[in-house]
Amino acid sequence: MSKGRYGIYGGQYISETLMNELYRLEECYEECKKDPEFRAELHRLLCEYAGRPSMLYYAEKMTKDLGGAKIYLKREDLNHTGAHKINNCLGQALVAKRMGKTRLIAETGAGQHGVATATVAALLGMECEVYMGKVDTDRQALNVYRMELLGAKVTPVMTGTQTLKDAINEAMRDWSCRVQDTHYMIGSVMGPHPFPMMVRDFQSVISKEARRQILEKEGRLPTAVVACVGGGSNAMGMFYNFIPDKDVELIGCEAAGKGVDTALTAATVATGSVGIFHGMKSMFCQDEYGQIAPVYSISAGLDYPGIGPEHAWLHDTGRATYVPITDDEAVDAFEYLARTEGIICAVESAHAIAEVRKIAKNYSPDQSIIVCLSGRGDKDVAAIARYRGVDLRD
Amino acid sequence: MTEQNTDIKTGARPVLHNKLPQVFSTPNHKAFIPFITAGDPTPEDTVSFILKMFDAGADLVEIGIPFSDPTAEGVVIQEASLRALKGGMTTDKAFEIVEKVREKTDKPLVFMTYINPVFHYGYDAFFARCEKLGIDGIVVPDVPFEEREEVLGPANAHNVSLISMISPTSESRIQSIAREAEGYIYVVSSMGVTGMRGQITTDIGAMVRSIRAVTDVPCAVGFGISSPEQAAKMAAVSDGAIVGSAVVNIIAKYGSGAGDKVADFVRSMKAAIAALPAGN
Repeated sequence: MSKGRYGIYGGQYISETLMNELYRLEECYEECKKDPEFRAELHRLLCEYAGRPSMLYYAEKMTKDLGGAKIYLKREDLNHTGAHKINNCLGQALVAKRMGKTRLIAETGAGQHGVATATVAALLGMECEVYMGKVDTDRQALNVYRMELLGAKVTPVMTGTQTLKDAINEAMRDWSCRVQDTHYMIGSVMGPHPFPMMVRDFQSVISKEARRQILEKEGRLPTAVVACVGGGSNAMGMFYNFIPDKDVELIGCEAAGKGVDTALTAATVATGSVGIFHGMKSMFCQDEYGQIAPVYSISAGLDYPGIGPEHAWLHDTGRATYVPITDDEAVDAFEYLARTEGIICAVESAHAIAEVRKIAKNYSPDQSIIVCLSGRGDKDVAAIARYRGVDLRD
Repeated sequence: MTEQNTDIKTGARPVLHNKLPQVFSTPNHKAFIPFITAGDPTPEDTVSFILKMFDAGADLVEIGIPFSDPTAEGVVIQEASLRALKGGMTTDKAFEIVEKVREKTDKPLVFMTYINPVFHYGYDAFFARCEKLGIDGIVVPDVPFEEREEVLGPANAHNVSLISMISPTSESRIQSIAREAEGYIYVVSSMGVTGMRGQITTDIGAMVRSIRAVTDVPCAVGFGISSPEQAAKMAAVSDGAIVGSAVVNIIAKYGSGAGDKVADFVRSMKAAIAALPAGN
């Protein structure tokens, strides 16, 4: 069995052209992890540039309204660039820089990872090209412009379903052409080893902080932590340091789109099966012949037909639970959080809020739930307005 | 791997009962290996194109079972894959194409596809059907050396060779891959994805020399070859040339009427390779 396995999942199912590069990446990353200078530099950037630690906020009004467990929000939306994606990008870019790379490429769905990559490329003086499905460049036009402002080239991907998976295909093709000078900043806990491990490590700062913060505030561990799952990077970061705490429930919220009994869904655990794609063995939405299925969600960031291999393993072992949340539930939750707590969150994160609205009352007030508020919602305002039939054009 | 497939003398490499050795067995004979996407534009056309390519001198045909997300392909084969899938192509229908081809010829055939369709079919079921139809090998670009165990056992148990790829970035990996290689080695001429290229700058001769230091498994060069001159140049330093996008491009242009054009193309490539001076 090859490296980077989580049970049967993971591995390195990638073209021969990229294999030596994966070895070099893993080797350099392992060196970086042990190097106090690298760690100090990353820590400095996370604190002084990205704004860590992110706050753990007690959502008092929401707690009272839902009438059950105390609700805490882990405010990744307050990071620089507005989402958890910057945690991974700073880490990977420093590794890439050490490898002598001068160019960063990335895929993006909602645009949050693309913006974070473009930001870090600007900061470190690296060239940047972001691949984004044509459907997504249309529904997330604001983020396209943000990336361009940051000096990145945004390439719309016209192939396949023109969404996140196609952007990943195109980024992989680019990488196999220019592997000498280019690092592919995979934005989620997916792809071939070492990416799922490396991205999880860089995102695990979320649960490292949250665990300490909740112990300070509550004197005990939460009863559950909840996060949205596309590929699953914020969820993996939110879960990771709680995995050994067996009494803490881990709940991942998948995008059900129009519903798991319809074709318009992106809920991989609910509707998918084991497969091998994008460099990893994991769970995917696919047809009976193993052709990857087109997926749908209102959220461009969760619109991916797979999940990271460690999530598939957490699901198989029963350590984490994955639940589907529909577009309707997510949009309701988006509006609910805005009105109740004065926070406009990303529509991705709203999937996690929707689940908490369902389950909070099942717990007692001396228990707490932490929700990873993975991103802010400025980018989604226009899409939510469209969803509600409001015309914003003047 | 079944007991009778294991070479008693070495104990390591299995002896596979398939037709790949005959492709490269004549001294100084360079193989011409065209690739075609199954079901593009229709299954009937694929059957007819394969037979015409054999008639025109193809030594082996690689049949692509289309995958929705072919990350190792350039735009020409990507589009062919999508056309085929849109037309209803499936793994079962690809097998049916081979059935039809087998009514007319027993020449060597290899599948090229991605691991997920094979995984989903079930490794044993897939390779058992390959064996029944006389499929001699399989090329799976998203299964590198490290993941060979995924399919090697079931493939070999059914006498299907798992073709290894070696690329310009393989460097220190070349010899470990070559030592385990079977059938033939797919030498990837260039960085990146499949597709026609104006020129190939990699020192293929050096790669092949490095391979030959550890194995006598034949080397066929692919990725980017589109003209007879390129094919001759690549075949001169190896045992053959693999051409995909240039063939698929003719089919994209002429559709069901592409048969004679494809045959002409194969004939011109084969002639260029055959004209190589002996001793290369």
